[in-house]
Amino acid sequence: MALVEFRKEGFYVPAADVFIDPWRRVKTAIVTHGHSDHSRWGMSQYICSTLSEPIIRHRLGKINLTSYDYGKEWKIKGVKFTLFPAGHIVGSAQVRIEHKGEIWVISGDYKVEDDGISGTFEPVKCHTFVSECTFGLPVYTWLEQEDVFRDINQWWAANRENKVTSILTGYSLGKAQRLLAGLNPEIGPIYTHGAIETMTEIIRSLDVPLPPTKYITDDIDKKAMEGSLVLAPPSATGSSWMKRFGQVSIAAASGWMQVRGTRRRRSVDRGFVLSDHADWQGLNQAIKATGAERVYVTHGYTHVFSKWLSSQGYDAGIVETEFGEEEHPDKKTTEGS
Amino acid sequence: MRRFAALVQALDETTKTNAKVSALTRYFQEAPDADKLWTIALLSHRRPRRTIKTSLMREWAAELADIPLWLFEESYHIVGDLAEAIALVLPKPQQNSDQPLSFWIDLIMSWRSKDDISKKEEIISAWSQLGHRERFVFNKIITGGFRLGVSQKLMTRALARSIDGDEAVLAHRLMGNWTPDSITFHQLVLEENPQDQLSRPYPFHLAYAVETPPEELGDPSAWQAERKWDGIRGQLIKREDNIYVWSRGEELITDRFPEFQFLLSNLPNGTVVDGEILPYKDNQPMGFQDLQTRIGRKNVTKKILETTPVVLVAYDLLEKEGMDIRHHPISLRRQWLEDIVAKANSAHLLLSEIVAFSDWKTLATEREQSRTYRSEGIMLKRLDSAYQVGRKKGGWWKWKIDPLVIDAVMIYAQQGHGRRANLFTDYTFAVWRGDDLVPFAKAYSGLTDKEFQEITTFVRKNTLDRFGPVRSVKPHLVFEIAFEGIRHSKRHKSGIALRFPRMSRWRKDKHPKEANALDDLMAMLALYGD
Repeated sequence: MALVEFRKEGFYVPAADVFIDPWRRVKTAIVTHGHSDHSRWGMSQYICSTLSEPIIRHRLGKINLTSYDYGKEWKIKGVKFTLFPAGHIVGSAQVRIEHKGEIWVISGDYKVEDDGISGTFEPVKCHTFVSECTFGLPVYTWLEQEDVFRDINQWWAANRENKVTSILTGYSLGKAQRLLAGLNPEIGPIYTHGAIETMTEIIRSLDVPLPPTKYITDDIDKKAMEGSLVLAPPSATGSSWMKRFGQVSIAAASGWMQVRGTRRRRSVDRGFVLSDHADWQGLNQAIKATGAERVYVTHGYTHVFSKWLSSQGYDAGIVETEFGEEEHPDKKTTEGS
Repeated sequence: MRRFAALVQALDETTKTNAKVSALTRYFQEAPDADKLWTIALLSHRRPRRTIKTSLMREWAAELADIPLWLFEESYHIVGDLAEAIALVLPKPQQNSDQPLSFWIDLIMSWRSKDDISKKEEIISAWSQLGHRERFVFNKIITGGFRLGVSQKLMTRALARSIDGDEAVLAHRLMGNWTPDSITFHQLVLEENPQDQLSRPYPFHLAYAVETPPEELGDPSAWQAERKWDGIRGQLIKREDNIYVWSRGEELITDRFPEFQFLLSNLPNGTVVDGEILPYKDNQPMGFQDLQTRIGRKNVTKKILETTPVVLVAYDLLEKEGMDIRHHPISLRRQWLEDIVAKANSAHLLLSEIVAFSDWKTLATEREQSRTYRSEGIMLKRLDSAYQVGRKKGGWWKWKIDPLVIDAVMIYAQQGHGRRANLFTDYTFAVWRGDDLVPFAKAYSGLTDKEFQEITTFVRKNTLDRFGPVRSVKPHLVFEIAFEGIRHSKRHKSGIALRFPRMSRWRKDKHPKEANALDDLMAMLALYGD
């Protein structure tokens, strides 16, 4: 019996009768992070990191949930579990599973660059590593985040000078707070869409320092908003909510913005390349650091990436999952890309 | 190069025409002359000839990025643009050179006489000296296909603004056979040089498709109708005892059509005729395919002249006795044209016949007959209309016939390029022969971005097999394919070839079994085949 099986419900640890990030209803689920394609409705029992708890409780309501600090080991039916920071969003975790001397790590989504708010990705030694590979192609190499934020702040400052409102889109959990942390509040006021404001409040309650924001209500003073920065979820692009702002410049912040074709198709004025997933170098570096001989890759350019890993001497395979269809950059609901 | 790369980014970042024109205007005000000249050239499809094999560029880029070639190729298919894929995989640049655009183009052109070893050394050095945006632009200049969403018209407008000149005059100056290495910015844009004008055509006046029922164009007697032909729109020029022929794509094609030299003694100097170059035999037009075959040949042999002779069907007269007469109404230009054609009395110069009609209904009936004439439909020109520059609304309209259509099943899909990278947008379609699906056409246009996204999701979930970038998919989706013509083809498995196939509708209501059969296409071939 393998320590981890790939079942139609998700990753399964038979010795413990536990699933990880299942996409169908099961009894016990360890959830790597709060994005809705990883933490879904309907499980009898949830387990997650301490920092994820308020996020998941907010999203799923009244659930039966246990949480553990990073690095704290616990056992289920003799199988040892530990969560380690994944650096993807606040509270995101990799799951280490150990049983009878065999160790697996399931990465969830991760990035190796420290963004200052999502925890520092920690390489964990294991025999088998299950890695995401959303951006598993050598064309996806990110710029230093300082450079990206300098561009974003320059774009905002130039717009403000021209009395144009800057609308910056990013997913409401994770990307929005990361953007917020990198914005320069001295340029002007920062406003938020309701979905983002709620999430930001929760993240603030976890002692993550973020600049002040104003929630956009229907009776807000529109004149005062001129030249400000508005954080909105990608789904707001082209919606009627967007019509209230007068002269705007719309930008998207996502790893997909790396490619000109995608950028142009999104019909935004600016595309900033900023991702909460590991880039090509990051994936390779993370995989190497685990010391794993066997690597399974999930969502992303799985075919190409597993072929590459095989050519590098790994025993590599693909696991089909039902996580966000992130191979598809135009799907606006894609989380955390 | 930094200035030019910034221009490219500025053009990329906006879909608004005004913003594009002002970015270009600013560029034309600030850039050095040599760079401006090259920018005009690049934006009017005059890029330097390719001096390096793209297969070598791929190899060297993969080598530099320390990845196997197959991985580079996979990345390229997903990015959908070679120049960009190379720029993205290369190691981070070491500096950002401030050499101008013209410096880099000179370097690229100098490779024509160099061996591969020097080319490799120089391109690698260039890549390490250029910033990320600059590298992309540099590669794009080498590989070609630079689409910046700026038409020649917008470029001309910006240039006119930057020198405070007249747009139409400038449009005329920019036409013709110049290349950036044989002219300076000053000579091209600022100087009047009558000698240069010798071969120069006029910008073509183009028509939009009718937007409303033609009845709404008002009194039929204010309009002139002609048949719309499916050949090569061109201008025939005779000046100072020379004949020049230009295509609408601004290509000098005199040499391809030696039969027009017969007109040398039949036309007066200072004559410019706008018309359609048509393959024509036994008093009727041949199919467009025949013309295409002829254009594809390197040498115009005696045999080709016999099998596929061409004529010019004259639509309009733009220059008479050396005078630009484009501002006169077409009613008057037409009289002069008829006069010139009659005096030329040549089998190579025919008059586009007027289709007589007293009411719109009669004209609609005439339009229905178009296929029997091998015509594409009807052209409508208001009798008082001038010959304008570019595509304009109001004076001229094209009223094309409806395309032929057939329902077909999608069986292969491939990812698109450029703006459509990462989406499956290029499809192969099949019709039934018994229980088999026979591929007969490829198409990649006619759907919305949203539909392409939906189909992309379908393709990912229903891939049966992969052949490099092509995926065979479950035969499930049915599309209505529209096309302009059909003919026999020995090269295609189905035995037929379509002209300009595109997707006119996604037939979500149809089961694949309800798609058409090859027999239906054969019946169309018998009826409408060229």
